[in-house]
Amino acid sequence: MQFMLLFSRQGKLRLQKWYVPLSDKEKKKITRELVQTVLARKPKMCSFLEWRDLKIVYKRYASLYFCCAIEDQDNELITLEIIHRYVELLDKYFGSVCELDIIFNFEKAYFILDEFLLGGEVQETSKKNVLKAIEQADLLQEVDAKSTHKTNDGRYKFSCT
Amino acid sequence: MSDIVEKTLTALPGLFLQNQSVGGPAGVKASFSSRLGGLVRGITALTSKHEEEKLIQQELSNLKATVSAPATTLKMMKECMVRLIYCEMLGYDASFGYIHAIKLAQQGNLLEKRVGYLAVSLFLHENHELLLLLVNTVVKDLQSTNLVEVCMALTIVSQIFPREMIPAVLPLIEDKLQHSKEIIRRKAVLALYKFHLIAPNQVQHIHIKFRKALCDRDVGVMAASLHIYFRMIKENPSGYKDLTGSFVTILKQVVGGKLPVDFNYHSVPAPWLQIQLLRILGLLGKDDQRTSELMYDVLDESLRRAELNHNVTYGLKALTYVIQQDPTLALQHQMTIIECLDHPDPIIKRETLELLYRITNAQNITVIVQKMLEYLHQSKEEYIIVNLVGKIAELAEKYAPDNAWFIQTMNAVFSVGGDVMHPDIPNNFMRLLAEGFDDETEDQQLRLYAVQSYLTLLDVENVFYPQKFLQVMSWVLGEYYYLLDKDTPEEVLTKLYKLLMNASVSSETKAWLIAAVTKLTSQAHSSNIVERLIQEFTISLDTCMRQHAFELKHLRENVELMKSLLPVDKSCEDMVVDASLSFLDGFVAEELSQGAAPYKPHHQRQEEKLSQEKVLNFEPYGLSFSSSGFTGRQSPAGISLGSDISGNSAETGLKETNGLKLEGIKKLWGKEGYLPKKEGKTGDETEAPPVPQESIIMETVDQTLIKKDQCQVLTQSKEEKEKQLLASSLFVGLGSESTVNLLGKADTVSHKFRRKSKIKETKSGETTSAHNRTCFHFSSSSNATYEDDYYLDTLQDRGDKELNKLSLNSGLLDSESLTELPSVEKLSSCKLSSSPSLFTDNSMEGFQPSQSTALSVANETSLAASLLEETSEHMHSDLVEVCHNETISLSSFKIWKDDCLFMVWSVSNKSGLELESADLEIAPAENFKITEQPGCRLPIIEAESIKTFQYSVQVEKPFTEGNLSGFINYQMMDTHSVQLEFSVNLSLLDFIRPLKISTENFGKLWLSFANDVKQNIKVSESQAALPSALKTLQQKLRLHVVEIIGNEGLLACQLLPSIPCLLHFRVHGDVLALWFRSSCSTLPDCLLYQCQKVMEGS
Repeated sequence: MQFMLLFSRQGKLRLQKWYVPLSDKEKKKITRELVQTVLARKPKMCSFLEWRDLKIVYKRYASLYFCCAIEDQDNELITLEIIHRYVELLDKYFGSVCELDIIFNFEKAYFILDEFLLGGEVQETSKKNVLKAIEQADLLQEVDAKSTHKTNDGRYKFSCT
Repeated sequence: MSDIVEKTLTALPGLFLQNQSVGGPAGVKASFSSRLGGLVRGITALTSKHEEEKLIQQELSNLKATVSAPATTLKMMKECMVRLIYCEMLGYDASFGYIHAIKLAQQGNLLEKRVGYLAVSLFLHENHELLLLLVNTVVKDLQSTNLVEVCMALTIVSQIFPREMIPAVLPLIEDKLQHSKEIIRRKAVLALYKFHLIAPNQVQHIHIKFRKALCDRDVGVMAASLHIYFRMIKENPSGYKDLTGSFVTILKQVVGGKLPVDFNYHSVPAPWLQIQLLRILGLLGKDDQRTSELMYDVLDESLRRAELNHNVTYGLKALTYVIQQDPTLALQHQMTIIECLDHPDPIIKRETLELLYRITNAQNITVIVQKMLEYLHQSKEEYIIVNLVGKIAELAEKYAPDNAWFIQTMNAVFSVGGDVMHPDIPNNFMRLLAEGFDDETEDQQLRLYAVQSYLTLLDVENVFYPQKFLQVMSWVLGEYYYLLDKDTPEEVLTKLYKLLMNASVSSETKAWLIAAVTKLTSQAHSSNIVERLIQEFTISLDTCMRQHAFELKHLRENVELMKSLLPVDKSCEDMVVDASLSFLDGFVAEELSQGAAPYKPHHQRQEEKLSQEKVLNFEPYGLSFSSSGFTGRQSPAGISLGSDISGNSAETGLKETNGLKLEGIKKLWGKEGYLPKKEGKTGDETEAPPVPQESIIMETVDQTLIKKDQCQVLTQSKEEKEKQLLASSLFVGLGSESTVNLLGKADTVSHKFRRKSKIKETKSGETTSAHNRTCFHFSSSSNATYEDDYYLDTLQDRGDKELNKLSLNSGLLDSESLTELPSVEKLSSCKLSSSPSLFTDNSMEGFQPSQSTALSVANETSLAASLLEETSEHMHSDLVEVCHNETISLSSFKIWKDDCLFMVWSVSNKSGLELESADLEIAPAENFKITEQPGCRLPIIEAESIKTFQYSVQVEKPFTEGNLSGFINYQMMDTHSVQLEFSVNLSLLDFIRPLKISTENFGKLWLSFANDVKQNIKVSESQAALPSALKTLQQKLRLHVVEIIGNEGLLACQLLPSIPCLLHFRVHGDVLALWFRSSCSTLPDCLLYQCQKVMEGS
């Protein structure tokens, strides 16, 4: 995977992870172009698009777009599932996650992403193992805060559209 | 709103709870901790971008002050870092904080360190200079006893790490592969994967440890190791064949649901793992029947268990791939394809067009191109336009139904594609017009139609055409305006003049325009406009234009010269140019006799200048004249000229013109645009809309299909009927009746615009040339087989041993020629006079020193025998000495194995002493993958013996010349070690192998390859005959002769491991027309170069 972007329906970037070295200028240009392209697409349209020499896989969850860029030989469908697995992880961690969770705790969202994808490749696909790693790190730093995270009811606030 | 605030509050548990618990000095810190929340809310409340910018700039300057203040605690620093990340995500520069992120990672406690590392990974990239400052921290954390710290360090290493610092952490990370915690092992594997990506050489020595990771009891570690294996296998599939079994077993377990349940994803067992394993198996099984067989079972199993996913684009993609194999399959899905064509999603539309492009034939061309043009007019993205325009041009050239349609379609292509399209498109178009086809009348009509159409286009006011289009127009008008049979070209000159005065026209285009004016002037020299134009441009500031104008002016004064310089319709003729400028000889002699300095060529002057450096440069800088065709009558496209295309008498062309209908042209750019309207040559098809017309054609082609359709039509709505109609017009010609002969298509289809190959048949066989026009017809006529036999006969007649040795058909090898190994004799006679020992019977794997000189003769034969044993099925080069000293002599030879190049270096110890720790090393070379063969590393070379080192070499991408260098070192008893360097040249041909395919497959491949290169090369008389040219190609280039038809040949080869390249060639007189095609963009060029080399060389 080349990069992952999370942005809102208003086009505000919420999270960005680049797995290829690019200059800030390029990153900004790519982000702007992609956000525009993806937001312009209608709900019924397909989740994949070819863009420059890359394939873009995106999915909208409630007000938030998850968007990944992969190379030509990569599989679009499995990438779509990567997005979904990430959302599941966020959901489990935050307990029915919503966009605000990610805005205000974006560093947590990054930590989770880093446990799931590393260097652009899937690191761990077991949901349990990813969360265990995060919780271990959390345990050492936020003993008090943890109890609030535990209250997850498994519901999705992000509904698939 | 209130619930948002509430949510906000609950979403910040960590920050709030922390501050409450701290108390006391928390008053200060609380203001910091809630700052992110405040910032986010503040931004949300703003309405304009401008306000946001102000707020953030304010925030950033606050942050800047805070982070650099000495009183700032690490805890506050952590909070600042989070806000910096946020600001940077919004697109503002926070680079002042980078160094503090590194400090935080270095000095903070766990909590702060974690944020510090995160900030570093988000702020910096792997080439950032600040990253070096992080190395020490990483080393420290890797050695920490705290698991979380180790994890953090491994995570950052797997994301960004400076390549040159890898050695600092590599041993630590290697150790982690044995760590008791699986998460550490997993991250260590991924860190090594990262190293493998950025510096593969550094991790080569730990390949064995990867195998352990592959067998790890933890699924996560095993899965992580697959990323490395995927890369390594991609680079060298043959090196990991032994692991096929392991991968198959793992996949079996995954598919069989043997993994822990939490690896399931929506009840599919570990889909990511499955995909990764399948990709690896795909690489291993490619071109390898035996390995593939190991996989069939599990692949079958995986397929059965996989649920089919229905995403429309994906389906279409799959269908596109399938159709490349068999176009008739599209018929079953035609209605789905039609649905997709009107899909609101442009991506799906595009995929559909891609599919249609694959099934285009002479009967559905108009409809498909119309669909493509519709899409083209909607799209704005340059990439799409370039791609689509190329396809339309290609299709139009191949299948155009008539002149009018062709020109109009190309007009659309040029107007839309404009200046972004591939330069080949206008060049090919002009070449097509110039060279024409076999039917002169048709040619003239096409040219005339183009002229008329352009005149009409130029009539339209206030329309701007792309520069490339204008260039095409000027060339066509200049060349073929005479076809209009007007008395004077005044009308067109006016138009060209107007364009020349237009400021928006580029100077390159102006050069084309003035070239056209010059050509026209030679036909009617008394023109006021030309006068004006000369006046205008002889004082132009544009040097190039001024030059052109002066040339025109002087030519006009000498009508005779002008006519001979610019003859009518001779664009395909060679111009006889006295390149030696011999007519100036007298002048030169005179000048020399008067003491002028003799002429020095450019390079000589250059050298002289260099030798006297620091001298002022008195030479003018080179003027950049546009190279566009003024000097000659050649097409500016740079056509290589076939001299035997005779100029047609202008009269025949003119006669035809008279009968041509001119009406309707004015409407060309009307509302209907370029919609294909038949300009009925027969007159009975007037203005019929394309769809029904196409269906008529279809009726004749595929009766069964239409019958089926008719039954359905009765029961369907009108809308459905329309779609059906469209379908029938799109899929016409795909029925079983006209099974698409991929190269030539069905022979019944007339190819109007198939370009005639540059060297025409000799006129004697006028009747057969119609068939030859479709230059690849594969009907294996008796003629072809005859040629084949003839070829073989000549081969055998010659009985050339050299040929036999090199011939790729192992069937032709006879043992006699192989026992003769001149190189070995040479070697033993000159170098090994004292050391008779040679290879023993165990072929290459090992060697034993021979015991006495008396055995020399016997050994010599046994060497030959053992060498042959190894090489009898492969060709090999002669043994060549690459370096030597008084003690040893190193020779090497190449064995061209089927799957790789096998290099053998043999060291002969000429001294009477034992050599110790002898080692041969080949330096890693870019583009080459060198694998040492096992079992050839023996530390001692006994006296007077020979030892071999073997390496297999693979190539990554095509190249022209390559070089392998290395050194051999050894130690003689009690002396210091000696090192000898050597190098060996590699040629592309070392990696070219014949590709044995059938003519049918050749045809399929040919169409599927996009990269082609064409070239005519002149060969000496002796080579000109087909058999001798074939022989050279087969022997020297290792091409496989697929088929020979008349004076054309089809050959195929592959670049190892499996990049195919096809060659179509045609011999005429002493010219060889070569046409390479491949899936790889650079291979045809490289092969052509080799081809030219061998043709010149022999």
